Amino acid sequence: MADSTVQQSRSRDLDKLLLRPGNLVAPTFESGVQLRDDLQEYARLLVIGAGGLGCELLKDLALSGFKNLEVIDMDRIEVTNLNRQFLFRLEDVGKPKAEVAAKRVMERVSGVNIVPHFCRIEDKEIDFYKDFSIIVLGLDSVEARSYINAVACGFLEYDSDDNPLEETVKPMVDGGTEGFKGHARVIMPGSTPCFECTIWLFPPQVKFPLCTLAETPRTAAHCIEYAHLIKWDEVHSGKTFDPDDPEHMKWVYTEAVKRAELFGIQGVTYSLTQGVVKNIIPAIASTNAIISAACTLETLKLASGCSKTLSNYLTYNGMEGLHIKVTEFVRDKDCLVCGPGVLIELDTSVTLQKFIDMLEEHPKLLLSKASVRHQTMNLYMQAPPVLEEMTRSNLGLPLFELMGKVSKDIVLVTGTTSKDDKKTSCLRKLCLVFKGQDAIIDMDMAVGA
Amino acid sequence: MAEPKTKYDRQLRIWGEQGQSALEKASICLLNCGPTGSETLKNLVLGGVGSITVIDGSKVELGDLGNNFMVDESCVGQSKAKCVCTFLQELNDAVKAKFIEEYPEALVDSNPSFFSQFTLVVATQLAEDSMVKLDKICREANVLLIFARSYGLTGFVRNSVKEHAVIESKPDHFLDDLRLNNPWPELKRFAESIDLKVADPVAHKHTPYVVILVKMAEEWAKAHGGALPSTRDEKKEFKELLKAGMVAIDEDNYREAIEASFKVFAPRGISSDLLQIIHDSCSEVDSNSSDFWVMVAALKEFIVNEGGGEAPLEGSIPDMTSSTELYVNLQKIYLAKAEADFLVIQQRVKSILKRIGRDPDSISKTMIKSFCKNARKLKVCRYRLIEDEFSNPAVPEVQKYLTDEEYSVAMGFYILLRAVDRFSANYNSFPGQFEGEMDEDISRLKTAVVGLLNDLGCNGSTVTEDLINEMCRFGASELHAVAAFIGGIASQEVIKVLYISIPRTQCQHFTGYDGAVDLLQVKSFITSFSGSGLYIVESRVGMQMQRVLVMFKLCDIIDV
Repeated sequence: MADSTVQQSRSRDLDKLLLRPGNLVAPTFESGVQLRDDLQEYARLLVIGAGGLGCELLKDLALSGFKNLEVIDMDRIEVTNLNRQFLFRLEDVGKPKAEVAAKRVMERVSGVNIVPHFCRIEDKEIDFYKDFSIIVLGLDSVEARSYINAVACGFLEYDSDDNPLEETVKPMVDGGTEGFKGHARVIMPGSTPCFECTIWLFPPQVKFPLCTLAETPRTAAHCIEYAHLIKWDEVHSGKTFDPDDPEHMKWVYTEAVKRAELFGIQGVTYSLTQGVVKNIIPAIASTNAIISAACTLETLKLASGCSKTLSNYLTYNGMEGLHIKVTEFVRDKDCLVCGPGVLIELDTSVTLQKFIDMLEEHPKLLLSKASVRHQTMNLYMQAPPVLEEMTRSNLGLPLFELMGKVSKDIVLVTGTTSKDDKKTSCLRKLCLVFKGQDAIIDMDMAVGA
Repeated sequence: MAEPKTKYDRQLRIWGEQGQSALEKASICLLNCGPTGSETLKNLVLGGVGSITVIDGSKVELGDLGNNFMVDESCVGQSKAKCVCTFLQELNDAVKAKFIEEYPEALVDSNPSFFSQFTLVVATQLAEDSMVKLDKICREANVLLIFARSYGLTGFVRNSVKEHAVIESKPDHFLDDLRLNNPWPELKRFAESIDLKVADPVAHKHTPYVVILVKMAEEWAKAHGGALPSTRDEKKEFKELLKAGMVAIDEDNYREAIEASFKVFAPRGISSDLLQIIHDSCSEVDSNSSDFWVMVAALKEFIVNEGGGEAPLEGSIPDMTSSTELYVNLQKIYLAKAEADFLVIQQRVKSILKRIGRDPDSISKTMIKSFCKNARKLKVCRYRLIEDEFSNPAVPEVQKYLTDEEYSVAMGFYILLRAVDRFSANYNSFPGQFEGEMDEDISRLKTAVVGLLNDLGCNGSTVTEDLINEMCRFGASELHAVAAFIGGIASQEVIKVLYISIPRTQCQHFTGYDGAVDLLQVKSFITSFSGSGLYIVESRVGMQMQRVLVMFKLCDIIDV
């Protein structure tokens, strides 16, 4: 046994997997010291979210052979995080999650470098996301997943036969939990379904009809939502409700109690009020650990080929016994986000302004306040003001010229779209084809046929 | 100091005060604090478990820094148990944390009574012979036991509990207890007081579907000699009648009534699962019986007497389209019936306790209430001893799944995880643990697999070369991500076994178990996930899915 301690290294266990050949591995797997060193040196991972999943992911990835990590999170640490976000202590409350998480992991795992970003995911330039080998998502919101998914899929390019170009594929590994349940999935844009292809997996949020709240409340939640959505505005004209302000929450609670008493309804508590108003998702350490570990394993398999990756969606349910199920979902070929793009035909004379106006009318898009990017160039930016001013002069120029007179190319458009009367920011990929320039395209098609 | 309640808010929303209190009362012993064990405890310490005792005899080596977050450079050469314990204590100062620097295997051999002080033991990375010994020790001392092991890209979690009685099973899909197929007099009277043909359209569309269905069922029964719709045509006709009752197309209450009409057709009485529990021999209680079985005995009496074949009413109703007044009144009627049923059961519990010589008030009101509310969902799980599983394997299943397309890998790993322990008993190391002996180890492991399969009685079955090679490639490595996965599952099992189970009584002499005949459900589970993108986990509870049923037959078979 003495021998073994001498030759031991930090990567004692991982070496078995990475340095030895195997039969049940990915076709790309090339075992050896080089692989281990390359993972350390060249693989750059971005972890999105430094919460319940993010803390676990950073630890797991740091102990799975990766050395270059970055993490992005806009939140600060709260007391309610401490039952599962194990990198945080009571004295950290109020500090940015990303910064504390990065620091703690670097303190314990030497050689690992983690760059924290304390900001919103939308605050980063799109190109920021391009630099990473794999993006790992530890998020709790559908909107944020949608955004990152669109960014990653935005890098994807197709050849003339609509096959994805391998070097433009930005893999994502996504995890999510709720109570004893969770999911982990691998997204390879262009070959496995992207987040948007399977958006139906996320059930719509429960919303109560306003008339129920106003006229026939029956449950405690109805009373709470009445106080929150109707009564608040009646009483506080113009003042926005802030769910993080305890005074506001207490007011809603008190009003809900009054309404419940009026109608003889039981069950309004402060805890329920918070739960309903903030749409709190119950969360426990163990489920986060399980899902993050699965995501990390998939990330390691993707990066190294040391084993075959999950194909492509795993659901975990520990509520009644234990069920794990892997489902192979299929892509939506017409997906607006990961597909080859919404094809738009334009005259070469169409100006950028005209184009932006058209997007608002386009039945598939209904996209207003558009900012337009072509390759690395901002053609027009709505914000910040400095950029708006700089790009404003482009509005009057023909798009064809702005795009370097190519006959067909992709532009990325960000803006707002309204869905169910709610405005959300979105990013869309458009494939522009200029009329009169189609000789080249015809030729392409001829070759393809 | 932050209020502990705030800190635990997100978990209290799942398991409530009762679950939290069960967790805070628990004392947990961890055997071996490699990453699998450390990660298991981490999740429990964060949640606020009462106390932990970490047992490990080894010193921290450089290699441990690569797979265990709880140790760092400053720990090298020091007691691993001590270092892990120190880190865990940092996570939550409400937890009492201590460590013992000793090898678990030695403790199992030299001091079996040591384990009886704990609520639960989490035994990680133990070889088979120690597992078998520890299992017997814990079973005798009535200490809950969970095994967890990570091995390369595979591993398992296995529960070993004499009996796990579940009151709050919180199943995902369970029919609400509306009794539409068997309404009691008060509910009938309430329905009678409401006119379905009310002229006011607002009142018409705010009559709750419960009332609609009770009235329509009553009408139907009158016209059909007391019977409810049972054939396909009758059910269709019943739905047509409901549809005909609508006066406008936007009447959500009628739409809900049509959707819920199957609740009228559902058979009366209790489920076969519950029937099995009340007929279990344990429901013949004596002074040694647990609180759970005392309550089951009371439930049994209730069902045949006051219940008229039904369990006590749950008492809550789902939200439905209704005027506030009718809904609240309906709620009161259900609640009143549930309360009345509870009082009967409580009385029966008291007299049973008296009869068996215990304090009639020794089971709390809260407990009986929770029992009544969940009576339809009770579960009892009993687990075989590991030794039984090994000495008395289910040969046909093992053989079947070794060749099954979907499960052969999982079954293969089950065999291999056992074969490596045989290997290690013979050669003092695990296959592929050290460099340079790979080819020899592969053929030795192959021999061990064949030997094991023969001993199991599965002559002629094999495990594929690929899997044997893969197992040697793993070389007994404990990868952090795999350990975090397995540890995560193990900690979830700990919580489930602790919080959903009923507190055990002072009487702990369970004897006279005589094998398969009396067992309701005997389950354990193995998690087996390989690198081949395959995650298969078998289940302990949850009989609905054939595939799950199949999976837990893999390692622990006694037919219900």
